[in-house]
Amino acid sequence: MNPLLDLKLLFVTGKGGVGKTTVASALALLASQRGKRVLICEVDAKGDVAGFYETSPTAFHEREVLPGLYAMTMDTEASLREYLKLQLRIPVVGRIGPLAKAFDFVATAAPGVREILTVGKFCYEVRERHYDLVVVDAPASGHIIGQLAAPQAINSLVKVGLIRSQTDWMLDILSDAHKTGLVAVCTPEEMPVSETIELAARVRDETTVQLSAVVVNRVLPELFGRQEEAVFDALGGAGPLTRLSELVGGDAGPVFDAARLAVTMRRTRATHLDRLRQGIDSAVPLLYLPYLFTRSHGLRTTRQVAASLGEELGF
Amino acid sequence: MAAERASHRGRAGRSAPAESGEAPDRRQSLQTSSAGSGSMDGLLATKEIVIACGPGGVGKTTTAAAAGVMAAVRHGSKVLVLTVDPAKRLANALGLDGIGNAEHRVPDEAFRAAGLKPRGELWVAMLDTKESWDALIRRHAPDKQTREEILANPLYQNISGKFVQSHDYIAMERLYEIHSESDYDLIVVDTPPTRNALDFLDAPQRMADFFSSRLLRWLIVPYRSRLVNMATKPFYSIADRILGTEFLADISEFFILFQSMYDGFVERSESVGRLLSDRRTTFLVVSTLEAVPLREAEYFAEQLVSRRLHLGAIVLNKVLPDYLRGSEGTVVADAMNERSDELSALLAPELAALDPVMGDTDQISRVLGEVADSYLNFQVVALREMEERAMLSVVPDVLATVPFFDTDIFDLAGLVRLGEQIWE
Repeated sequence: MNPLLDLKLLFVTGKGGVGKTTVASALALLASQRGKRVLICEVDAKGDVAGFYETSPTAFHEREVLPGLYAMTMDTEASLREYLKLQLRIPVVGRIGPLAKAFDFVATAAPGVREILTVGKFCYEVRERHYDLVVVDAPASGHIIGQLAAPQAINSLVKVGLIRSQTDWMLDILSDAHKTGLVAVCTPEEMPVSETIELAARVRDETTVQLSAVVVNRVLPELFGRQEEAVFDALGGAGPLTRLSELVGGDAGPVFDAARLAVTMRRTRATHLDRLRQGIDSAVPLLYLPYLFTRSHGLRTTRQVAASLGEELGF
Repeated sequence: MAAERASHRGRAGRSAPAESGEAPDRRQSLQTSSAGSGSMDGLLATKEIVIACGPGGVGKTTTAAAAGVMAAVRHGSKVLVLTVDPAKRLANALGLDGIGNAEHRVPDEAFRAAGLKPRGELWVAMLDTKESWDALIRRHAPDKQTREEILANPLYQNISGKFVQSHDYIAMERLYEIHSESDYDLIVVDTPPTRNALDFLDAPQRMADFFSSRLLRWLIVPYRSRLVNMATKPFYSIADRILGTEFLADISEFFILFQSMYDGFVERSESVGRLLSDRRTTFLVVSTLEAVPLREAEYFAEQLVSRRLHLGAIVLNKVLPDYLRGSEGTVVADAMNERSDELSALLAPELAALDPVMGDTDQISRVLGEVADSYLNFQVVALREMEERAMLSVVPDVLATVPFFDTDIFDLAGLVRLGEQIWE
């Protein structure tokens, strides 16, 4: 059995369009179905997570959307307020506006400050053991490194002060491979695979976080075995195809064209899959999710994906 | 003024009237009646800047490159494709490997190798954020010492190198620079992947705000005069506790240095902002017909319209082929499924005649079933795609649909194949 869901903090990332939010939502759902108390947090604030659970929009303050499953949306200002209150014991009464604005301003220039607030919030939830598992629908792969490396960046820039001591305990949580993990989502296509290989290398070199799994989404089914493929080719030949069309009373050409498209697509994708297997450390498990023949998303789809993930994890 | 803004959801028959004095091409984006009436050909012939934008993973980079190639080949224009993050094989094919910020001409031989008669000039360049930032500092720094101090400042290095938000601004800044200093007929820009597709539209304004902010002055006051007034004191005591005095001093130094470039920066970012809304600039929104990216693209298109920016075209990539939507196919596939045993018995002799091992009726029956299922599976997706397309809330003049290519696009020939699909 894969211990992925025994971690306390999971960051889920991936190139845009590969199904990152789907996988994050499904992982959180799966963990909650297995009796865990789970928090899922959306960092990009596009509101997609709510869509995947078919629930009303989520906010900074978490809400139970399904039994044992809590959802929230990251909001830097709200996080700052909470941070000041909890970590620094600075009560913020009423107007945080000017301060937040000033902070925003400093954060734009002082690298990592904003990221610290985001990552800090998750680490805090883990430290306080409010949940068995925190799943982060993290920024796309281009941005995740900056976020995960922020505590170190701050540590090297800031030598003293409260924020320095804050980053120390965050780093303890982030570098603990039994607590924190990164899940990279990709599809068996050229750019997503290249980006995942690159991401794996950067995670290793630039952060203290461990890459715990790569989820390969939208894997097409193998239609035929070798012998069957010969039969398929023969059936699609001019003679048999005409005969078949006569027998069923309609043109079978398009039906075979579609199957041919499916076969070529799978073949193109197989080469990218090979590249992925070679480019990723063999200790990192690859989890495969089938292509879902639907283009909608919603709770039903999320459940389907959760079930597939459960199988891949050996449940 | 409000007419365009107000009408972007309900469209039929309520398209905004032309405003006097407004560029005529500004009206088109909301009129369903004119939807599809324009062509990419016409669009690329009349505009000087095309900004390709949209969600990640939809083929934005490839589409931008294809549009550039087509304009060079068909119009004989001198075209620059400014790209951000092309796939390795595509970068190789265009000769983009390891050339940094420099503009580079795609050799005529590459066109001939792709079976094309070279016309016009195709130039390509990559966006190197760090290098572009450095160039910007060199341009605006008042003297050599300030310049060197900024370039060496650890905060500056962090901002320019690591932080993705800075991509947004620098991409637009570089576009401005190239447009004002060179003689390309057309510049096609691929926008960086952003958390929010709108970030780069706001980037010039944000940059201007950033440097005009009173907060900037507040922040650097105590280190200049050592006089902290009552209003700023609470902020400092909190900032001090969070960040530490030393770090705060670093920040202040950085801002003091940056302030010397204030005028140049603000003026520049305002010019960049103006260029985006210039009538010679158009936007190409790229998406697929999958629900999530399409919603994002649609939101983006709506924002362009409400900001009075020119939405030139929507390009829908990776659309499944038309033959998947025929009702005859459904009937055939159902029959293949239901009557697979009967059909396989009838077809077996013909296949056995080709090769005796292929006469196994069970195997033929299984293959027929798989083929039929595969068709029906993809049909579900294809029909869903058409529904999505029909529900588009913003319909521009050019709505191009590009079919799913069964192989990756990684050379000029592939780009032309894609380009031809969006051209008409």
